[in-house]
Amino acid sequence: MELLLAWRNIWRNPRRTVIIMIAVIIGIWTMIALTSLMRGMVNDMFENGISTLTGDIKLYASGYHNDPSIEYRIDDPNSVMSEIAKALPYDSKYAARVRVNAIASNARHSIGLTLVGIDPDKEAGVSFIGNGVVGGRMISEDDNNAIVIGQALLEKFETRIGHKLILMSQDSQNEIASRAFKIVGVYRAKLQSTEKQYVFASKHSAQKMLGIGNGVSEISIVINDHEKYEQTAQNIRAILKNSDIEVYTWKDLLPMLKAYMEIFDGFVVLWYLVVFVAMAFGIVNTMLMAVFERMREFGLLKALGMKPSLILRSVLIESGIILIMGVIAGNLLAFGSVMMVAATGIDLSALASGFEYVGMSSAIYPEILLNDVLLANVVVLVLGLAVSTYPAVKASRITPVEAMAHT
Amino acid sequence: MPIVEVNGVDKVYQQGDIEIHALKDIHLSIAPGSFAAIAGPSGSGKTTLLNMIGGLDLPDHGDVIVDGCHFSEMNQSQLAELRLNRIGFVFQSYNLIPVLSAVENVEYVMLLQGVEKVERRERAMAMLDEVGLSEKYHNRPSELSGGQQQRVAVARAIVSNPAIVLADEPTANLDSKTGEGLLKIMAAMNEKRNVTFIFSTHDKMVMDYAHRLVLLRDGMIADDEFK
Repeated sequence: MELLLAWRNIWRNPRRTVIIMIAVIIGIWTMIALTSLMRGMVNDMFENGISTLTGDIKLYASGYHNDPSIEYRIDDPNSVMSEIAKALPYDSKYAARVRVNAIASNARHSIGLTLVGIDPDKEAGVSFIGNGVVGGRMISEDDNNAIVIGQALLEKFETRIGHKLILMSQDSQNEIASRAFKIVGVYRAKLQSTEKQYVFASKHSAQKMLGIGNGVSEISIVINDHEKYEQTAQNIRAILKNSDIEVYTWKDLLPMLKAYMEIFDGFVVLWYLVVFVAMAFGIVNTMLMAVFERMREFGLLKALGMKPSLILRSVLIESGIILIMGVIAGNLLAFGSVMMVAATGIDLSALASGFEYVGMSSAIYPEILLNDVLLANVVVLVLGLAVSTYPAVKASRITPVEAMAHT
Repeated sequence: MPIVEVNGVDKVYQQGDIEIHALKDIHLSIAPGSFAAIAGPSGSGKTTLLNMIGGLDLPDHGDVIVDGCHFSEMNQSQLAELRLNRIGFVFQSYNLIPVLSAVENVEYVMLLQGVEKVERRERAMAMLDEVGLSEKYHNRPSELSGGQQQRVAVARAIVSNPAIVLADEPTANLDSKTGEGLLKIMAAMNEKRNVTFIFSTHDKMVMDYAHRLVLLRDGMIADDEFK
């Protein structure tokens, strides 16, 4: 009967109830929808960071991280991989790469970039290049002088597939090594800067050019469940503790991204509180109006013997019902609007060059996290009830005599 | 043993700089089963005295004892408990809960008392039958006439089996015929259930029905007549 009374009371003034509900709906909607948008942006930055040749975990020869030269290399990557295989989750993928700074030039242009020697078959699922070739063909393991370059570099060099590019770097003897590569394919990456930064040759041809035998600069590992990276890295470190190989996680290699993601979690809480404060004024105001309108009634209830705590509870039940209805509708609206844009993403290509500075793509795919949704709902319900306590206390404190005199 | 005792009660209200002595050294004793009226002109202190007896307001001096309970020794929560279980109220302006039907209004007091749902409904319906509203169980107050609303209020006051019912000018908003009908219902309940009724009124008809008439003037008892 308490619920029935509360339900009927909230519809005594439908306009007022609808106004509070709209405030709650808009609040929840903005909390969830905008957070999912920002989550999508952060995830995009994370995925870009991981797939741009970083991976979840990376192995370097000792010294390479501080001085990324070919001098510091892993000479026998196969034995390293067989050693650590048991530490990797079953769905892990890995790729060994030669990576060296180089100068690329043709008849018209020259530019500093990174030459990456890869096992093409190993890169799928490890880095963007595995599935990134959009023109020509991917290099094969046996290619001796084939190279794949980014679309942006192709345009900058005013060249095309089939033409040659000269790559020059320092070999293992600290001599200049230079070689002409034929462009056999073009790749696209989410960021133009990536397309200009990396050129890919077969690992075999890069090793040959640099005279490093079977040596590689890095082994990159990607774990399907990214959350397991820390534990996996610890397990690998334990296995390799007596070797001269260093183990890094993406957090070590991308400290800015790590910091941004940590700040973002704090920002979500702050954002929820800001939205809630705006909403709270509406809730308190409207509930106060509802309470003042019914002061005589509260006085009557007290005269009949209703204790102040029960009056407080009855007002909170009314608030709770409105909040729950608003929260449900707000969630539906938020989920609906996010789902509408989740498949196609939000195209922000007009701002793409600005976004690249922070490692973001030109399209954002919003992502709803259960924790964000729960937090938004808890904030609105718990704090909503908390601010409703003020009008509820007002109602519970009035004396029957005062209330009966209230007009 | 009286059901209501008022011993040397004073009540002063402050209105700005002015002190209004609403009640001055009131002594009153009412026996169980009485059908008593407190009468007097406007401002004589009738409603204030009724509020004191109902525990809605507390005296500045003196004590009120209802059904053996000394108000001066009770806190607000205990007074609320007493009102809930031992005192029924009927107000001039009915004061029904507008979003509840007639039967739900009568049930509500029993809900506060913790009576089971089925028993609540049965007792509420029986009480409405007794006040002649068996056809109006599910009508909301806005769908009832003033007389019908006041009968619902009487049913609500009686249904919790109180020791006393305090009725503050119950007939003031009713025409004489409806008012008399209501008085007959209350008189019948007084007789049948031995519930004490105390009215505040300046309605001649209520004074005629009352077995005892306490006349207040300027916050003091001017006359106390047993019929």
